[in-house]
Amino acid sequence: MTLTEDPATTAVEKEVGKARRRKEDARLITGRTTWTDNMVLPGMLHMSVVRSPVAHGKISSIDVSAAKAAPGVVAVFTGRDIADEQGSIPCAWPVTPDMVNPGHPSLAVDEVNHVGEGVAVIIARSRAAAADAIELVDVDYEPLPPVLDMEEAVKADADLCHDHTQSNTSYHFVFDAGEAGTGTDTEQAFADAEVVVSRRFVNQRLIPAFMEPRSVVVQPQGDNYTMWSATQVPHILRVMLASVTGVPEHKLRVIAPDVGGGFGGKLQVNPEEVIALLVARRLGKPVKWTETRSESLMTAHHGRDQIQYVDIASDREGNVKALRVRLLADMGAYLRLITPGVPALGAFMFPAIYKFPAYRFECDGVFTNKVPTDAYRGAGRPEATFAIERIMDELAVELGMDPLELRRKNWIQAQEFPFTTVAGLEYDSGDYETATQQALELIGYDELREEQRRRRESNDPVQLGIGFSTFTEMCGLAPSRVLGSLSFGAGGWEHAAIRMLPTGKVEVVTGSTPHGQGHETAWSQLVADALGVPFEDVEVLHGDTAIATKGLDTYGSRSLVVGGTAVVKAAEKVIAKARKVAAHLLEANEDDLEFADGRFSVRGTPGASLAIQEIALAVFAAHDYPEGIEPSIDADATFDPVNFSFPHGTHICAMEVDTDTGFVKIRKYACVDDVGTIVNPLIVEGQVHGGLAQGIAQALYEEAVYDADGNLTTGTFVDYLVPSAADLPHFDTGNTVHEAPGNPIGAKGVGEAGCIASTPAVVNAALDAVRHLGVSDIRMPLTPERVWRAIHQGGDGGDRAAAGTNAYGGASTESTTGVSTPASSLGGDR
Amino acid sequence: MTRVSMRVDGVTYTDEVEPRTLLVHHLREALGKVGTVVGCDTSNCGACTVHLDGQAVKSCTVLAVQADGAEVTTIEGIAEPGGALHPVQKAFHEMHGLQCGYCTPGMIMASIDLLKENPDPSDAEVREGIEGNLCRCTGYQNIVRAVQQAAGEMKSSSAGTAAPETTGAQA
Amino acid sequence: MIPAAFEYVRPTTVDEAVQAVAEGGEDVKIMAGGQSLIPVMRLRLAAPETVVDLGRVAEMRGVRDEGDALVIGAMTTHAEVVTDPLIAQHAKLIAEATETVADRQTRRRGTFGGALAHADPAGDLPAVALALDAQMVIAGPSGRRTVPASEFFVDYLTTTLDEGEVLVEIRVPKLAGDWGVRYEKFNRVAQAWSIVAVAAAVRRENGHIAEARIGLTNMGPTPLRASATEAALAGAAASPDAVAQAARSAAEGTSPSSDLNAQADYREHLAQVLTRRAVATAAGL
Repeated sequence: MTLTEDPATTAVEKEVGKARRRKEDARLITGRTTWTDNMVLPGMLHMSVVRSPVAHGKISSIDVSAAKAAPGVVAVFTGRDIADEQGSIPCAWPVTPDMVNPGHPSLAVDEVNHVGEGVAVIIARSRAAAADAIELVDVDYEPLPPVLDMEEAVKADADLCHDHTQSNTSYHFVFDAGEAGTGTDTEQAFADAEVVVSRRFVNQRLIPAFMEPRSVVVQPQGDNYTMWSATQVPHILRVMLASVTGVPEHKLRVIAPDVGGGFGGKLQVNPEEVIALLVARRLGKPVKWTETRSESLMTAHHGRDQIQYVDIASDREGNVKALRVRLLADMGAYLRLITPGVPALGAFMFPAIYKFPAYRFECDGVFTNKVPTDAYRGAGRPEATFAIERIMDELAVELGMDPLELRRKNWIQAQEFPFTTVAGLEYDSGDYETATQQALELIGYDELREEQRRRRESNDPVQLGIGFSTFTEMCGLAPSRVLGSLSFGAGGWEHAAIRMLPTGKVEVVTGSTPHGQGHETAWSQLVADALGVPFEDVEVLHGDTAIATKGLDTYGSRSLVVGGTAVVKAAEKVIAKARKVAAHLLEANEDDLEFADGRFSVRGTPGASLAIQEIALAVFAAHDYPEGIEPSIDADATFDPVNFSFPHGTHICAMEVDTDTGFVKIRKYACVDDVGTIVNPLIVEGQVHGGLAQGIAQALYEEAVYDADGNLTTGTFVDYLVPSAADLPHFDTGNTVHEAPGNPIGAKGVGEAGCIASTPAVVNAALDAVRHLGVSDIRMPLTPERVWRAIHQGGDGGDRAAAGTNAYGGASTESTTGVSTPASSLGGDR
Repeated sequence: MTRVSMRVDGVTYTDEVEPRTLLVHHLREALGKVGTVVGCDTSNCGACTVHLDGQAVKSCTVLAVQADGAEVTTIEGIAEPGGALHPVQKAFHEMHGLQCGYCTPGMIMASIDLLKENPDPSDAEVREGIEGNLCRCTGYQNIVRAVQQAAGEMKSSSAGTAAPETTGAQA
Repeated sequence: MIPAAFEYVRPTTVDEAVQAVAEGGEDVKIMAGGQSLIPVMRLRLAAPETVVDLGRVAEMRGVRDEGDALVIGAMTTHAEVVTDPLIAQHAKLIAEATETVADRQTRRRGTFGGALAHADPAGDLPAVALALDAQMVIAGPSGRRTVPASEFFVDYLTTTLDEGEVLVEIRVPKLAGDWGVRYEKFNRVAQAWSIVAVAAAVRRENGHIAEARIGLTNMGPTPLRASATEAALAGAAASPDAVAQAARSAAEGTSPSSDLNAQADYREHLAQVLTRRAVATAAGL
């Protein structure tokens, strides 16, 4: 862009790249928020859910008479009562044509398939009355054997999770590079290989554990319904609810007000959302449901849960020759929105940044009597990254090579971009060497290696290890045609609209619905630059299907890359429309106009200029505008990317391991990420930090544990360990910038990077600390007990005892399913 | 039902409550103080933290009847009456100490309590001081920065005198 | 979650409290700080008919010096214990252990006596009370009685408190001589309960360990003394080797449980390591 010739005008500082403080904060730091649970409507009723205490069983009888008679109770509905209306929770990603979907009732009708599954709902005049009546519903279950272990579940004579299916396998998904034409024959490559390393990794079950529990309020207005929900996906929810319940889409408005985190966990069509809508329709009254934390941990979808069998082949010099991955992926009891697609999405990321000539991926989706899995931050990519970054370390050990040297020998060189991988993806840009060099400096690599040597030599009880993860991910979900080729049920475009208000203020409407990411701030920066208007003059609207009428919401590090681009494209259209008006009002030829810093000026005519904000007023008045155009400079745009974007980075963890107790402690953590153009460095850094915390938590703290009966042992925050500030280290972060060529912003996406990259770096670091003691694997999370066992007894640390801690007298799921328990004999408290 | 009277963010309220009513539910549902939120059942997450007679407590683990006669300060009551933010609120904004914001009210209330006890905490002391508050978004690093930045501002503005509980002691 | 409905009584004296408990019906719960009881009621693991809240019983709060012993009111909060000058001077082990209990907010409400009466094997303070030979002063319908800590803890979440009785105060004998103390706590995340913890008080005399008292947290349904280690340390050299040798018997006579965080054999191992560390630190090694 050339500068205007008007000497009075100087170039305005660009917004993109500025560490703008967030617009969102004003309400969040003062408590003036709009969480769904804050909502109170006249006549509003409260819903509670009676949940199954058994993992697998037939419902032989339900007696709701006592609950119906309880004070304040308005109605009780069982699964049978709503069987004709409730349909099935939708699954939008049938990854194979013959995938088995057993159907997913919102309330169980004949059979329950996981602890916590809803069997009835209480509708009452107060939250307390609804809670009290849960215990009055008498349900008899005829127990069936629970299916809990994937490796058992796929055996020929296994008990079935669903008796109307042939097996516990939902689907068998294969990607074979040889067949796809993107690689050579994998079996042959393994047959010819000089070195083969095979490992079985367990990527444990996790719980997204967003801080705001799920909540939904439905208000009926005639045959229209408004739903407020703590969801990441109001647009998807609206479409899906319409198809499930038969409420026509245009009669349904979905609003996601302030939403307290999601991480994929609120990328769902929840049974309770469906039921609340059905109940509001039946009773004609507003209905609210807000879950407790115990309900959330037990019934909101979980993530990860794969058993990974990984084989890698190379020559003696460490040139990788082939990769073969077989997965068992736990679906849980049912298929929710994208349950089957999560491991399939990961299929393309296992080869990572390495130049494998051959690759084969196979995955079995397996049913178990546990809550369904679905998207959790990274969705498929953390699992893949964990497997490849762990097996690269194992190969390095086998070859006697430095793990970084092995990586360097095989990764894509900076000059090779764009590079088409063996999985068929075209990586856009990057430089793995530079990121790695920066990360090594950031962490002080040489000193740490020296300290490690000293501790080894002195046989220090506290050993030090250093672990790497040189990762990439596919972001900017997603090119619609690619999604179509993968049988996904929707596209991956995003929509934006820009409304130029008469006073010159700007409303930006985005279909990408934020829940903590800072869209209001970042989109304002984009628009301020594009339109040359002040940052403060831009307001970003979102999360209400009546306002942001089109959208595909927020997940998969897509918002800036796809949604932000739609905003930029809409701004370009606004400028194009305004240009015609400007030419008319300035009595100049359009071609003679220059647009810079928010003003159209006539080339060669100093002083003749008009601000785009003035044009907004002019078209509002509409007294004088060109023939043949509409009196509006508003515009919208829908952007569909043609490729994914590929952030990458190098993460290094230095870990202390107390060999006496098995306690691990991160000494230092450094990472250098390339997420393309950085619109707001503050937000980018925050996203990396948060991702690191979750990725580290997978490595060290979190696991959803079920006991032998299928009860979730980690049913409260007492046992499901979300780390606190005191449990996490300081992070040293840095960036390299290689613009993404696939979008005009140049951004690649940052929401999942830290979460995807960090987990294997942490585990590799712990192993590096104790490898000389004969340890070659430790199962996640690296509990002190597992680390201690691996050091002193061999193996990978083994299974954990399934009993919950005795805190609060054993606060496991049994107490939270609504089943009355004998009063404990507590004498006091802490 | 039991009659309880408490002063919340400077206003006295008298209500009939069931003894089982948790303070946080009383604040949210009877008094409309929805800035304070509930995040768990087991007193782990700290999202519901308020000040009860000047001390940080988890309002999901206090009965409303126990707060009878007490002074309660919530996130809605720490800015100055004119609207000037408390230094801790300001610092959370300045240092990007929040993302989704759900833990923020509790985090800010716990941080104020920490700074009263320790006006100049180290990184480790801040981390330990807010161990009772879970955040799922930030990885805590910017929260730690925010608390330390607020400490600096409060020290320079209070110049030796302790800042009163409910005012923002602006520089 | 919301607790089930209950009757609420708020006495202001010990006598009123005892009476309220007596009149509270079949299922009465005494609430001290409420930091365990309220979550348990929210989860509906407990649904008492009546809750007797001791929060306004002023005579049960505070610490006083009675010559050879400190007397700590049962309703003294953890936060008060941590900052109390008498405790800092005469029973530092209590303060050190209390600092590790839960988090700042919980310590504002939770109480010393409540934690003891709750008798959670993973709670930090029972093992400390046991190590310090504390005496529990109990009020009931038939008057007061005093029970040594060694007889107070009966089983998992169970004490010798009879129905109708209230733990009023705790007498802690002052440690005379050159004592060092250490509470060594092991857990996975900061605010969690102890997986295992060791409370140690060690008296040194002329380069030797004259006496050691060691309480074990979460090594069985009740807090335990590491008696074999105590015996081995009595008169032992104040050296790392001697301490390590003695600590090997720390798990003798324990019966730890197995849960998510630790199976029994690992707990036994931890007890030895943590005892070694606690004693070494307490002995100034």
